[in-house]
Amino acid sequence: MTDLQITGLVKAYGPGAPVLDGLDLTVPAGSLAAVLGPSGCGKTTLLRIIAGFLRADTGTVTIGGRTLSGPGLHLPPERRRIGIVPQEGALFPHLSVARNVAFGLTGLDRPTRRRRTEEMLELVGLGGYGDRMPHELSGGQQQRIALARALAPEPALVLLDEPFNALDSALRTGVRADVCAALRATGATALLVTHDQQEALSTADLVAVVRGGRVAQCGTPHEVYRRPADPWVAAFVGDAVLLPGTADHGAAATALGRIPLAGVPDPVREGLVLLRPEQLRLTDPDAAEARGTVTDVRFYGHDAMVTVAVDGIDQAIGVRVPGPTSATPGERTGIEVTGETTLHPTAV
Amino acid sequence: MTPTDPVPRTDPAARPADVTTSAGRPRAGARPPAVLLLPAAVAAVFALLPLGYLAVRSLERGPAFAWDVVADERTAQLLGRSLALAAVVVMACLLLGVSLAWLTVRTDLPGARAWSVLVTLPLAVPSYVAAFAWLSAFPDLEGFAGAAIALTLVSFPYVYLPVTAALRGTDPAQEEVSRSLGHGPLTTFLRVTLPQLRPAAAGGSVLVALYVLSDFGAVSLMRYDTFTRGIYTSYRASFDRTPAAALSIVLVVMTIALVAAEARTRGRAGHARTGTGTARPAVPAALGRWRTPALAWCGAVTAISVLTPLATLGYWLAVGNSATWDPGSLLDTAGTTLAVAAAGAALTTLLALPVGVIAARHRGRTATLLEQSAYAGHALPGITVALSLVFFAVRYAEPIYQELPLLVCAYAVLFLPVAVAGTRAAVLQSPPVLEDLARSLGRSPLRVLREVTVPLAAPGVAAGAALTFVVCMKELPATLLLRPTGMDTLATRLWTETGTGSFAAAAPYAAALILLAAIPSYLLGRHRT
Repeated sequence: MTDLQITGLVKAYGPGAPVLDGLDLTVPAGSLAAVLGPSGCGKTTLLRIIAGFLRADTGTVTIGGRTLSGPGLHLPPERRRIGIVPQEGALFPHLSVARNVAFGLTGLDRPTRRRRTEEMLELVGLGGYGDRMPHELSGGQQQRIALARALAPEPALVLLDEPFNALDSALRTGVRADVCAALRATGATALLVTHDQQEALSTADLVAVVRGGRVAQCGTPHEVYRRPADPWVAAFVGDAVLLPGTADHGAAATALGRIPLAGVPDPVREGLVLLRPEQLRLTDPDAAEARGTVTDVRFYGHDAMVTVAVDGIDQAIGVRVPGPTSATPGERTGIEVTGETTLHPTAV
Repeated sequence: MTPTDPVPRTDPAARPADVTTSAGRPRAGARPPAVLLLPAAVAAVFALLPLGYLAVRSLERGPAFAWDVVADERTAQLLGRSLALAAVVVMACLLLGVSLAWLTVRTDLPGARAWSVLVTLPLAVPSYVAAFAWLSAFPDLEGFAGAAIALTLVSFPYVYLPVTAALRGTDPAQEEVSRSLGHGPLTTFLRVTLPQLRPAAAGGSVLVALYVLSDFGAVSLMRYDTFTRGIYTSYRASFDRTPAAALSIVLVVMTIALVAAEARTRGRAGHARTGTGTARPAVPAALGRWRTPALAWCGAVTAISVLTPLATLGYWLAVGNSATWDPGSLLDTAGTTLAVAAAGAALTTLLALPVGVIAARHRGRTATLLEQSAYAGHALPGITVALSLVFFAVRYAEPIYQELPLLVCAYAVLFLPVAVAGTRAAVLQSPPVLEDLARSLGRSPLRVLREVTVPLAAPGVAAGAALTFVVCMKELPATLLLRPTGMDTLATRLWTETGTGSFAAAAPYAAALILLAAIPSYLLGRHRT
C-alpha cells in the first residue's frame, strides 16, 4: 500500500554538477531499504527532499500513490506523514520522554495518547521511562526514544539518517538490532541512510548504492555484494579482488584458473573478474593450479587477511582466512577459488 | 549605538561562515515563513526609519544649504577634535589592552585569572560616570585630557578582550618553532606573536574609535567640543534644526565607515587563522624579575579604572547630606528609570525576536537584508537617533513628541542589535533538526515556533532582554533629548548635577545607577555559568 516511489529526482545547489542527478528508487511497502553511498553522494539531500525540507528541482516523490513532491507541487513536511530519526536522536531537550513521544500525536484524546505513548515505549523496550528527561538517558536509549517518537503517529514512511553513527561500536550492534526489530514489528516502510557498508548489508532488505546523485545499483544485500553492477560498487560494498579475465562458455579464464560466471553468460569477452577475499583459499602449493608467495599477514581475531603475490601476474591479492593462520611472509602457497564470479568491462 | 553601550558588538559580518544542520549542511533554500517575515520586516523598517528621515530632513533646504553646514569651518574643527580624541584614546587602549592581555594569558603572573576579571570591570562603567568621578576628584582635568582619560579607562577592555581571545587561539607550536630556529623571546613575540594579534587588535581599536566618536556623556561633562556635543548644542541653541541634522549625517557617515572597517578586519582575522587552533595551552613565559613591575602595572590599571571611580563616589556619598540630596527624589527617579528601561527592553526584545530567529535559521538575500537593517542602530550614535525621531515626530506624530512612547522607540532602534544578537545566539544553541522534526510530526511553522524554537531559546532571549534593560537604563543622549518635560532618569539627573558642579548631589544617582545595573549583570553572569 505504501510503496515509496522516487522518479527522476534532480537537485542542484548552484551552478556545477547537481547533487541529485535524476535519481530513481522504489521501496516496496513494509521493507527496510538502505541508501548507501560515500559522503557527498547526495544521500542527505535525498532524505531532506523526501521529508519535504528541501524542494527538488524536478522529479517526483510518491508514497502509496499519493504524490508528495512533483511538478508544481510541494507538500509541507507537516502534511507528509513521514517520521524522521536523525543523527544523535535530537530529542526535544525541554520535554520529558513521554512528551517527546507524544509530540506527533495530535487530535487524539488524552487517554488514547497516553496509551499510544506507553505502547511505543514498550515497543522500543523502554516502558516506564516516560517521566525521564532526555539528558538522563544514554545515547542508545535516546536513539530508541527518537524512533518511538517517529513511529507514534503511524507514519507512511520512516527516514533514518545515519542514526547509529554517534554510538560507540560496542553499543551500535545492539541498538541497531532493537531498532530494526521495532521497525519490523510495526510493519513500517523505512529508508535508512548510511555510509557504513556493514550496517546496510546486515540490516536492510534492499540496498540502494548511490554514486554521483544516481542509484548505481539497487538490490538485495546478497545481490549487491555477490553480483555488483560494476567494479566501483564491488569495491564500495566490500573488499574486492579484481583480476583480468576472458569469458569462455560460462566461465572466466584468469591467472587463478577458470571461474564459473554468475548470471547472464559471457556479458563481455574480456574484462575484470570480481572475487571476494573469502572466496579464496590457501592450499598446498604442490597440488595447486595457481601459486604465489605470501607477502603480508594481518590478524583480526575472527579472521586473518593474507596477501599473496600471485605468480604470472603483477598483482598482490588478499585472501581471507577464518581464524588464526600459520601462513608466514615469504612462504610459498597455492590458491583456490570457490563460488562464482562476475565479469565487468575494463573501461570503468 | 550609544556611548553607554558596554556590549561587545556582534554584526552580520561576524556570523559563522556556515550555519549547518546536524547533517552538516547549510539550510539553503528554506525561505522564512510569513509568520516570521512580516514582523521582521516591521522591525527592519522601524530600525531604518530614523536614518532615512535624517537624510530627507538634512536635504530639505536643498543640498547647497546642507553643504554649507558641512563645509563650515566649525564643522572641520569639530571633526578634527573628534578624530584627535579618538586617535589618542585608541593608542592608549592598545597599550593597555595588549600588555594586559599578554600578561594575563601568556605569563606566570600571580593571580592571572583574577586580574583577567578585574580588568574587564570598566565595561560596566558608563562614560559619564567615569567623567563624573574624575572631574569631581580633579576639576582641572576638564577638556581634552579629562575626556581622553575617562574614555580610555572605560573602553580599553574592547581591545583587551579580542586580543586575549586571539592569544588563546594562536598555536604555541609556532612560537616554539621560532625559538628553536634561534630567535629569543622578544624577537619571537615581535615577529611571530604580534603579527597574529594584529587583526584582533585592529578590530578592538575600531570598536574603541566608534565608542569615542559617538560618546556624548564624557565629552560634554568634560566640556570638550566634539561632533556629538556640537550636534547637541546646535539643536538646543536654535529653532532651526537643519544644521544639527546635517552635522548628524557627517557623524553617521564616519561611524558607518568605521563599522565597515571593523567588518573588514574581522573578515581578515578569520583568514589569518590556520586550522582550528590547538587544545594544547602555551607554556606560560616566566616573568622572573619582571614579576613585580608586571603586578604593579596590573594593579595600577585596576586601581585607576575601577577603584578611583568607586573611591570618589564613596567620598561624595560620605560628605553628602540631606541638604545636598533628597532621598524621595532619588527613589522617584530610580522608579522612573526602571519603568522606562523595562518598557524599552520589552519593545526591543519583541521586535528582535523574529529578526533573530530568521538570522539564526535562514540564509539568502531577504534574511541578510533583514538582519543588517536591524543592525542599523549599531552604526548610529544615540544623539542622531534621538534627533531623527524628534524630526519624525514633529512632522508625522505630533501627539507622541516629548512623550514616553517616542523615547521607548529610540531605545528600540538603538538597542535592537543587542537584542537581535542575543536572540540569534540563543536560537543557534538548539540544533535546527529539532524544528525539522516538529514539522515532520505534523506541526505548522507557527506552532513549531511556539512549541519548540521559543521555549528552547527562552533563557537566551531573557538574557538578551536583561542586557537590553541594562543598556536602556544607562542611555544618556537620546534620553536627554526625548524625555517628557520634567521627567528624569538616573542618567540625566547625574548628568545635570555634574554639569553644574554639584558633585555631592550627583553621587547618589551614580551609585544607584551602578547598583541597579549590577543586578541584571550579576544574574546574567550566573546564567552563563
